[in-house]
Amino acid sequence: MIPAAFEYVRAGSAAEAISLIGQHGDEAKFLAGGHSLLPLMKLRLAAPSVLVDIGRVSDLSYIRDAGDHIAIGALTRHMDVENSAVLKEHAPLLAHAASHVGDPQVRHRGTIGGSIAHADSASDLPATTLALGATYVAQGPNGTREIAATDFYHGFLQSALAADEMLTEIRVPKMQGAGWSFQKFNRRAQDWAIVGVAAWRRNGDSGVALVNMGSTPILATSVASALAGGASVSDAAQLAAAEADPQNDLNASQEYRVHLAKVLVRRALEEASK
Amino acid sequence: MKISVTVNGTAHESDVEPRTLLVHYVREVLGLTGTNIGCDTSSCGACSVHLNGEAVKSCTVLAAQADGQSVTTIEGMATDGVMHPMQQAFMENHGLQCGYCTPGMVMAATSLLKENPNPTEEEVRIGLEGNLCRCTGYHNIVKSVLAAAAK
Ligand SMILES: Cc1cc2nc3c(=O)[nH]c(=O)nc-3n(C[C@H](O)[C@H](O)[C@H](O)COP(=O)(O)OP(=O)(O)OC[C@H]3O[C@@H](n4cnc5c(N)ncnc54)[C@H](O)[C@@H]3O)c2cc1C
Ligand code: FES
Ligand code: FES
Repeated sequence: MIPAAFEYVRAGSAAEAISLIGQHGDEAKFLAGGHSLLPLMKLRLAAPSVLVDIGRVSDLSYIRDAGDHIAIGALTRHMDVENSAVLKEHAPLLAHAASHVGDPQVRHRGTIGGSIAHADSASDLPATTLALGATYVAQGPNGTREIAATDFYHGFLQSALAADEMLTEIRVPKMQGAGWSFQKFNRRAQDWAIVGVAAWRRNGDSGVALVNMGSTPILATSVASALAGGASVSDAAQLAAAEADPQNDLNASQEYRVHLAKVLVRRALEEASK
Repeated sequence: MKISVTVNGTAHESDVEPRTLLVHYVREVLGLTGTNIGCDTSSCGACSVHLNGEAVKSCTVLAAQADGQSVTTIEGMATDGVMHPMQQAFMENHGLQCGYCTPGMVMAATSLLKENPNPTEEEVRIGLEGNLCRCTGYHNIVKSVLAAAAK
């Protein structure tokens, strides 16, 4: 399988990438690690006429302590997120979730920015950063703007990014010692989650988000409110799918996904409460 | 488009279509057919090569993305006709049956040991999760990698 023909241009900086995408119009796409886009192009489910390769914009590959949050460059690869000492200390849930993405070969290429921009509800990092209350930074021809993770995901593979906007940074609030858990239920190693849960808890506060329980990653706000109101973990977990709208597919029926979400949220909260 | 890629230590200048996949570049343009295509859908790892020293699935990388970079394929593992310790370990531990997955396994396993020189058995199994063996010879593959790590 080979992709349909396209033109390839490589950008050296975010500004150059944005100007190139502007010049080439709607049919152009950014190429980061290529581990979501190239498989789609090989299957001819995507056929951009121009690829603007941002894989060498190395000044957007970083993980920095920025006081109350950790700033992660959009071109940081999953492997570097997984192994980051700064993240292991301040946002261990994210480092851990990154270690569950695909397999080592995938993590050597795929980037956190590509994963979030792709906005696949079955991916691990959109839900994880949503649970953590992250903010994303987008750069466009007219400057940069911040987008809360809660406002970013609009539908299946649809995000708040305009076609000529590039995701440049992911800001994750420090977890400040919160308990956490990442539950990924799949049938085979390396697979996407049939259902996944990213959760953290600290005193009365909590954040719970679901992987593959709808067309976007889902913030399970009912669970967090119940916990804040003093509900037990098992009672709160019963509300796991309150905001979700899961699909039927080859891997699982809707009913089974709802069941899994409740079980996995309970397990996640138990682990995060230790 | 023109690309220059260092493959197994030799610089190559080539003219390729932008849509050329790295696996087709090494197999068809350079004639290095040791790298196999199994699934063609990023799942099996048979096509694993090293890009700047790290294992990647070459069916999911454009040759254009390797422009200016260094690639090692299974053909680049032996030195002066002497097998790489990982290849040796696969031979000594019956780490292959039909051999189809073996080039990818060797590339993934050497990349793994670079990142984790003394893995536990479980770490080897998890580290090779991106590589499938249709002959299901996993037990001896893991044994081979542990033997290579102990060398
Ligand atoms: C075999 C396999 C298994 C996988 N398993 C998992 C898994 O278990 N869990 C999981 O979460 N993911 C999984 N993935 C997907 C992987 O995480 C991808 O790397 C990731 O989803 C996309 O990142 P990328 O850098 O490769 O993006 P690309 O494929 O390069 O781009 C994806 C999309 O985002 C756009 N884009 C990329 N970067 C930016 C940016 N900075 N600004 C704006 N737009 C941008 C592109 O135009 C494209 O539309 C798997 C992939 C493979 C091949
Ligand atoms: S051929 Fe590349 S992963 Fe199977
Ligand atoms: S030895 Fe036959 S596929 Fe692995």
